[in-house]
Amino acid sequence: MNHIAPGARAGIYHYDEIDRQFVAERVEQFRKQVDRRLSGELTEEEFKPVRLMNGLYLQLHAYMLRIAVPYGVMSAVQLRKLAEIGRRYDRGYGHFTTRQNLQYNWIKLEDTPAILHELAEVDMHALQTSGNCVRNVTTDPFVGAAKDEVVDGRVYAEILRQWTTMHPEFTYLPRKFKIAISGAESDRAAVRIHDVGLLARRNDKGEPGFSFYVGGGLGRSPFVGKLVREWVAQEDFVAYLEAILRVYNQYGRRDNIYKARIKILVHELGLETFTREVEEEFARLRGPKYRLDPEVVEAIRQHFAPPPFEELPDHSDALERARAADPAFANWLAVNVAEHKAPGYAIATISLKPAGGIPGDATCDQMDLVADLAERHSFGELRVTHVQNLVLAHVKKDELYDLWKRLDDAGLGSANAGLIGDIIACPGLDYCALANARSIPLAQAISARFADPVRQRTIGELGIKISGCINACGHHHVGAIGILGVDKKGTEYYQITVGGDPTLTTAIGDILGPAVTETEAVDAIEAIVDVYLANRRDGAERFVDTLARVGHAPFKERIYAAD
Amino acid sequence: MSAKDRSKEGSMKAITANRLRDGEVVFLGDGGRWVESFAEAALFPRDEADGVLAAAKEKAERERFGVDIYAFEVVEQDGVPVPATMRERIRTAGPTVRTDLGKQAWGKQAWGNQAA
Repeated sequence: MNHIAPGARAGIYHYDEIDRQFVAERVEQFRKQVDRRLSGELTEEEFKPVRLMNGLYLQLHAYMLRIAVPYGVMSAVQLRKLAEIGRRYDRGYGHFTTRQNLQYNWIKLEDTPAILHELAEVDMHALQTSGNCVRNVTTDPFVGAAKDEVVDGRVYAEILRQWTTMHPEFTYLPRKFKIAISGAESDRAAVRIHDVGLLARRNDKGEPGFSFYVGGGLGRSPFVGKLVREWVAQEDFVAYLEAILRVYNQYGRRDNIYKARIKILVHELGLETFTREVEEEFARLRGPKYRLDPEVVEAIRQHFAPPPFEELPDHSDALERARAADPAFANWLAVNVAEHKAPGYAIATISLKPAGGIPGDATCDQMDLVADLAERHSFGELRVTHVQNLVLAHVKKDELYDLWKRLDDAGLGSANAGLIGDIIACPGLDYCALANARSIPLAQAISARFADPVRQRTIGELGIKISGCINACGHHHVGAIGILGVDKKGTEYYQITVGGDPTLTTAIGDILGPAVTETEAVDAIEAIVDVYLANRRDGAERFVDTLARVGHAPFKERIYAAD
Repeated sequence: MSAKDRSKEGSMKAITANRLRDGEVVFLGDGGRWVESFAEAALFPRDEADGVLAAAKEKAERERFGVDIYAFEVVEQDGVPVPATMRERIRTAGPTVRTDLGKQAWGKQAWGNQAA
């Protein structure tokens, strides 16, 4: 294999020979499996689980290949490879997902082994992006840069990657299993809507560890993850997780796909019983075998050592001059740029949500540009966020204006991170075989309606999330405004929920009223926003807080007044 | 007989699949041949569709040609047969949000009969 090292960049885990050999062997296995399918040696029934274990789905128009971006972090070299594959084997673009992965929508089965071979050249693959296994672990996109970080989530996500890959107990679980880790005090990884959510916390002695939330999830039966243990020491991190997975493997239902997720098990057993089972299992497991060896942890931590930050003053004259001279840049700065732990640096979110655009889509040219900019401005690495944006985590404040101009020239300069234009949308019926209704056109229409950046900032923090079916890949349950596409006798309708919250105060939104048609939906969203602005206190009260105070009635009255 | 002519006879069904080797959407055409364009799809009366579908599935698996084979409803709109559901309309054309992609982006000549 022609291995192209991703480069000695900050924040990227470097595969060793065992990792590389394993991925290369899996590629060759799959090549033979594809050959056997195409020759008729394997039936579709036999082949389907195999292709799914390699991230290959069949969607409406073609095969879809989902590439793992481990914990959402990748190098510029890897992003360039994704762009190259998108050009050569797909249609010149890719779709970044809420699982911090990348999907190609127009893949040929016969090309897939070659694609996986090319991915392996840059230490990438499509493993654990499908099937009833522990999926690619997600984490805070500001990891290693955020001021409020307690532990580095990448270290523990990487430990889980190594722990779970090919683990016989975790390869045939009752259902898929999603883990999110937030190493910071703020939750930027939506941990409580995952099967297991880990939140870094210090105990009374100031020692870092994790709170374990279990049984969160969206889909047909949404649940907020429940706190199973307030604090688990870092050394017991794997043991406690294994205890949870063992209880799930033993008691999780395999007879009904709709009741197979751990959220149903936690709900049916009850938190007390579930926790007792986990604690008993943990007591049995706890010991030298499952204790994380500090040397191993430290070796992994070294992969994520801070990049060589320069010693800089926190104030940048160049930045302030640009801010004063260019209002559009000043707006982007206020909305898309976050504080960094190192003086003189900042965290820049690259919005993949241009007004009227397709959320999460990036052309291969845009990917190449972001790779160049990552090399120039952020030590050659970047992150994918669960809200379908990209992040350059270590940008010198002096360089932010240059960065933004290059982004803006390429249609990537939208200033809407966290605002109403920053819509999560699943691929919906335009691509997805499971969808009942389209998601993207509605996202496009809403972002176009609220395109004015001044209006967006006036509205403030307000997340809209759209799913094209009850599987909720668009996270509609936790949208401040959530939209669920449904099919009613062949016509697309949209059910609106309000009051969802993906942060630490996680909440599932409530249905506001009867579903509306596609043409009514954008007006309905605007009506909700108008009611909010008319009722909010002090000009700054958040949407969810206004909603909690005034209730649903004024919103319902406005939307359904004519009914 | 073309799809347009046949759909006038009443409620009809077409049979579709994804081509195994590349996932391309295909339709069962006249004479059991698979075609890429819905305009060339054969239409079957509802009471015949199940039998045709079963035979098509068996043949497609035996020949390793198509996967995910099923029948879908076709209705007539403005004198033209079209899939009854949005899902199938999107499959026959391509994503509504990327009209530069999928079958809808083919040149006019590409809508002719394409032996698959």
